[in-house]
Amino acid sequence: MPIPLIRFGDGSFWMPAPASTAAPAVDRVFDFILYVSIFFFVLIVALMLFFIIRYHRRRGVEAEKTATHHTGLELTWTVIPLILVFIIFYLGFTGYMNLATPPANTYEVNVVGQKWKWLFTYPNGHVDDNLHVPLNVPVRLVLTSEDVIHSFFVPAFRVKKDAVPGRYTHLWFEAIEPGEYDVFCAEYCGTSHSDMIARVIVHPPGEFEKWLEDASNFLERMAPADAGAKLMTTRGCKQCHSIDGKSNIGPTFLGIYGREGVFKDGRRYTVEENYIRRAILDPQSEIVAGYEPVMPTYKGRLKDQEITAMIEYLKTLKE
Amino acid sequence: MNGSTAVADNYLSHGRGFRSWFFTLDHKRIGVMYLASIFFFLILGGFFAMLIRTELLTPGRTIMDADTYNQVFTLHGAVMIFLFIIPGIPAAFGNFVLPVMLGAKDVAFPRLNLLSYHLYVVGAIFSVVSILLGAVDTGWTFYTPYSTTTHTSVVSMTLGAFILGFSSIFTGINFIVTIHRMRPPGMSWNRLPLFLWALYSTAIIQILATPVLGITLLLLIVERLLGIGIFDPALGGDPVLYQHFFWFYSHPAVYIMILPAMGVMSELISVFSRKHIFGYKAIAYSSVAIAVLSFLVWGHHMFTSGQSDLGNMIFSALTFSVAIPSAIKVFNWLATMYKGSIRLDTPMLYALSFLLLFGIGGLTGLFLGALATDVHLHDTYFVVAHFHYTMMGGVLIAFLGAMHYWWPKMFGRMYSEKAGRLAAFLVFVGFNLTFFSQFVMGSQGMPRRYYNYVDRFQSYHVLSTIGAYVLAIAFVVLAGNLIHSLFRGRKAPANPWGSATLEWMCASPPPHDNFAEPPEAGDPYDLEHLVYDESIGGYAPRTAREGA
Repeated sequence: MPIPLIRFGDGSFWMPAPASTAAPAVDRVFDFILYVSIFFFVLIVALMLFFIIRYHRRRGVEAEKTATHHTGLELTWTVIPLILVFIIFYLGFTGYMNLATPPANTYEVNVVGQKWKWLFTYPNGHVDDNLHVPLNVPVRLVLTSEDVIHSFFVPAFRVKKDAVPGRYTHLWFEAIEPGEYDVFCAEYCGTSHSDMIARVIVHPPGEFEKWLEDASNFLERMAPADAGAKLMTTRGCKQCHSIDGKSNIGPTFLGIYGREGVFKDGRRYTVEENYIRRAILDPQSEIVAGYEPVMPTYKGRLKDQEITAMIEYLKTLKE
Repeated sequence: MNGSTAVADNYLSHGRGFRSWFFTLDHKRIGVMYLASIFFFLILGGFFAMLIRTELLTPGRTIMDADTYNQVFTLHGAVMIFLFIIPGIPAAFGNFVLPVMLGAKDVAFPRLNLLSYHLYVVGAIFSVVSILLGAVDTGWTFYTPYSTTTHTSVVSMTLGAFILGFSSIFTGINFIVTIHRMRPPGMSWNRLPLFLWALYSTAIIQILATPVLGITLLLLIVERLLGIGIFDPALGGDPVLYQHFFWFYSHPAVYIMILPAMGVMSELISVFSRKHIFGYKAIAYSSVAIAVLSFLVWGHHMFTSGQSDLGNMIFSALTFSVAIPSAIKVFNWLATMYKGSIRLDTPMLYALSFLLLFGIGGLTGLFLGALATDVHLHDTYFVVAHFHYTMMGGVLIAFLGAMHYWWPKMFGRMYSEKAGRLAAFLVFVGFNLTFFSQFVMGSQGMPRRYYNYVDRFQSYHVLSTIGAYVLAIAFVVLAGNLIHSLFRGRKAPANPWGSATLEWMCASPPPHDNFAEPPEAGDPYDLEHLVYDESIGGYAPRTAREGA
């Protein structure tokens, strides 16, 4: 049904290649509106050009007096657009209900937006910064945000939903083409809004489960320092702690192991394993001078083995 | 009678010096001051637009860093919306033309009118000061909780917008009272020029919707300064509530912008086709219909916000209802041209550009009003292109048309037709190059407010930037032509275009008091009784020429 005007890559002139069950349906509505629009635009341009040429001002020729209104004609161009916009409304609405109503037995992934990355939590507790999904399985996302409003947008799937702090929103899709697709943040969220890009990776049948198992066991597979680096990214630590020496909301991680300094209450400290462990699990108890007590606790959110890996990673960040 | 006095004394020569302008009660001088201020901010907003387009020539950094870019696009939006488009046509041309069109000496409340201009200046100062204090980076929409947590000068900018709101309300009150109370003998509601019907409808929205923006911005300031939780979920507030409040004003505000532009269109199409406007009543009442419906569609900005499906359905349906009065107007304008005697003077070129560009702007609105397609297109460049086609292709183009139409009346000088047409042509070409490419990149998935972008969008961005430079050149030609005309232009006759509305019955420029006594108003679109008189280079009533 969709007749692309010009082919661009796999997609059409207007749309990226459809990669979800919803996409062809949305594109059909788009195409219908496009044809209606082209028809009316051509009509307007044609009438305008015809009148300009036919009735161009000539010396000695005056405008011909015609009726100043015509009820029948005016009703016609009221009623025809009315019928057309009703059809467009109906198509848009039914298409939307399809986008808004997930089938039963969806695979559910929790999504958190934060400045400036997406975090995806799978049913087994694994956290990843890209969204991996199986092919031909309806997936339902439960979205929220940790700070400001973000918006989860996958152009290839034609889906978008805001991630709002303090509430949950939902979105579902079913991928029909294996491959990798962009996830953009579509609600302006500050400095790196345009770099808040994740990938959706659609795995062919059978491979998704394998990927999830592998990914979940990264602590066993990877060297502790590498696993720690991955955790630092997926748990959002780097949002406040730089690794290049710049002071941010929290102290920099660069050269942190072995650093000496003063707490707000005047006590002196030296950073070693137990200090880091306390700082992660009970961050409010010891605040480094010059910083605000804003870090949330990770008690219950990180396992001992994960904290050990993170400490190993911090040891590698030498000045 | 008016011929000799007009030469001796017109509103421009009536009093000299800064005080005679800045504290004047003359609606014409206030209109001219508004025009100068508004045009200044159009250029400033345009300058920010050029910075944006230059930065987007390449992905990643081209000329500025991400934080600067975020401030620049916010300033572009805020300056263009609050300081150019919203006051735009009503404050500059409405103020100048409305009383003369009514054959009156001034608006109903001249002091309130001056206060409205002074508030505009104060509001503008607050907005400009916010640039110096660390420009806002929230986007012109100030969405919470971003706007309540960012470290930039949100308070100064919102205070500026709050004050500008009052300026807008005062103008609205003045216009409504003036139109009700000061129509001349013979001008029934059905003989009110359509530009005034449009200003009247606009004024209704200004008075009813603007207070909501004021309250919303105050709540925002209260939350930022006092930490009272209204919108910020960390304080127990609701960020989506802010969006409801904001769009409850800002969607009607879209019609504050477009309705006066449509009013200008009705005048231009009729005059330059030398035809009575077709379907007067339908055009007049559709303005009022748009004003009323504009209050019921704000939720269409929030289809992906998590708003309920029922809410989305209702807002989508109501949104489509606005398409009908807009379509009626477009077809009535076309029908006006039928069997006319059409001249493509500069104002008419802008009117025809409006038909095409606003046509595209309106039709692409259908994609955004339909729920299924809006989910994909929301917050992409498709939306950016859509509102530039309506706001710039519609309002700005009509503003330029109005400027070229009333320029001889305002300053008593004719500009060069050749340069005027060239500028109009360049605006049309540059505009389409800039914004049509944005439709395509938007539906291909390019989100708006992006500093950086993935490589596959670059060719569209390059096209768009080239278009922006063409537009900049067009504006240099346009401004140069108009400024040149002030010094070297041929003296304008009272009625250069052959219009039948009353402002063309007094001299160009009008005397201080406009009319010695209220003129008799006839049908504002009865153009047949006016014929071209070569000895004065303009139009004069048929009987007068035969008598002479």
